[in-house]
Amino acid sequence: MTPSRTAFAALLGKDLRTELRTMRSLPAMVLFAVTTFIIFRYSLDRTTLEGSLAGGVLWTTLLFASILGINRIFVSELEEGGFDAIRLAPIDRTVLFTAKASALFIYLAVLQVIVVPVFAIFFLSDFSALIPLVAVLLTVNLGFSVLGTLISSMAVNSRARDLLVPLLLLPLVVPLMIAATGASAGLFDAAGPDYDGFGSWLLVAGLYDGVFLLVGYAVFEFLLED
Amino acid sequence: MTGRGLKTLSIATLITLMVGFALVFLWVPMDADQGFKQKIFYLHVPLAIVALLGFVAGGIEGFRHLRSGDRRHDANSYVFIHISVTFGVAVLVTGAIWAKASWGHWWVWDEPTLVSFLIVFLLYCTYYPFRYAIEDRDRQARYASVFAITAGAFVPLNFMAVRMAESVIHPRVFATAEGGLPDSMLLTFLVCFAGIAMLWFTLVKTEMVGKRVSGQISQLRRTLNEDAGRSGGRIAPSVES
Repeated sequence: MTPSRTAFAALLGKDLRTELRTMRSLPAMVLFAVTTFIIFRYSLDRTTLEGSLAGGVLWTTLLFASILGINRIFVSELEEGGFDAIRLAPIDRTVLFTAKASALFIYLAVLQVIVVPVFAIFFLSDFSALIPLVAVLLTVNLGFSVLGTLISSMAVNSRARDLLVPLLLLPLVVPLMIAATGASAGLFDAAGPDYDGFGSWLLVAGLYDGVFLLVGYAVFEFLLED
Repeated sequence: MTGRGLKTLSIATLITLMVGFALVFLWVPMDADQGFKQKIFYLHVPLAIVALLGFVAGGIEGFRHLRSGDRRHDANSYVFIHISVTFGVAVLVTGAIWAKASWGHWWVWDEPTLVSFLIVFLLYCTYYPFRYAIEDRDRQARYASVFAITAGAFVPLNFMAVRMAESVIHPRVFATAEGGLPDSMLLTFLVCFAGIAMLWFTLVKTEMVGKRVSGQISQLRRTLNEDAGRSGGRIAPSVES
């Protein structure tokens, strides 16, 4: 039986290489996010944002851009017979879960590395919020990756795939979004970053991630059964 | 779940609920603060608690289904969630009535309990389109169990996260720091709670018996080679022995 580390590295490497060569999801996600910022600029009729409004615009945009990526994460497995390959290979099947979640984490991180500076240039007057924001982004990415992988693997086999992922995912990530916006609203404060409650919100998000990591890890194998 | 005892359970439920309502309207003292409209509490809170416990029970049945592969646990999970979603509608409606009477608005956003419950309710409403989108029966049952487990784990987390955001107006009657409940009200509440819980069990049992009977009818039809195409079209889980 192939050790999990080798299998994990192989699966993750395959996904990253495929994405690098075909550029299937990332450009669309980035373009979507930037266009959404422009729409927000006009619909809110503002050229600068601060406090909870800045947090709201950023997190809503990141959420919907991420869903675009999450929709597509298992499509290649379905189309090219990847699921059958995983079932046949002498590996622990949960490796697919960890590999896909890690790939999704990396895609979201790349998305944010591009989109958050664009957001700062468009809407923020002072960039001191960005460093502590990294902690929030990483924690939320973990939650999105885990839940996104779980939901995507359930939805990929049905016909209404693109509809099901947002339908199922959005209520599930609401507490994570509450924690993210709670933590970042203070950061975008006009008078400089305010860390009131920052730690407890991060803790809530971390707890959320931990619970769903365990749940996802435990149930994923049942989703692969034929 | 068999039909045995359904009649007794229904009668017991009816009696408990009638006793509960009699206590509410004839015996328990009027709340000094809110007056008559406080009495909706005896309906609203038991419905909410039973609905949430029902969701968690649906998750437990989903777990048992994955463990054993026995389809009956999947049918249980489906029915538990179904009845709890119905109770959820009742919670939202009774809550809105109480909110309008007490605070002047049908809905308020800065109340964590309301928002938490709404999110949980919406999540479980997605259970149905999710289930019906998957055509293969076995896979449908397995995926639904996974969803029920995930959503069951989500319920406490959700309440915790939303509560952290703010907590002001929604009455926290059972928190000891805020005074707790006088004995007469506690007794009335417990009777109503028992009545609503029994109502939940009665409805669950009724639905399960209904499914069992339709399953038996489909099986008989198939045996008689009659109209087989129709039973193949059903998508909700059935119970066949």
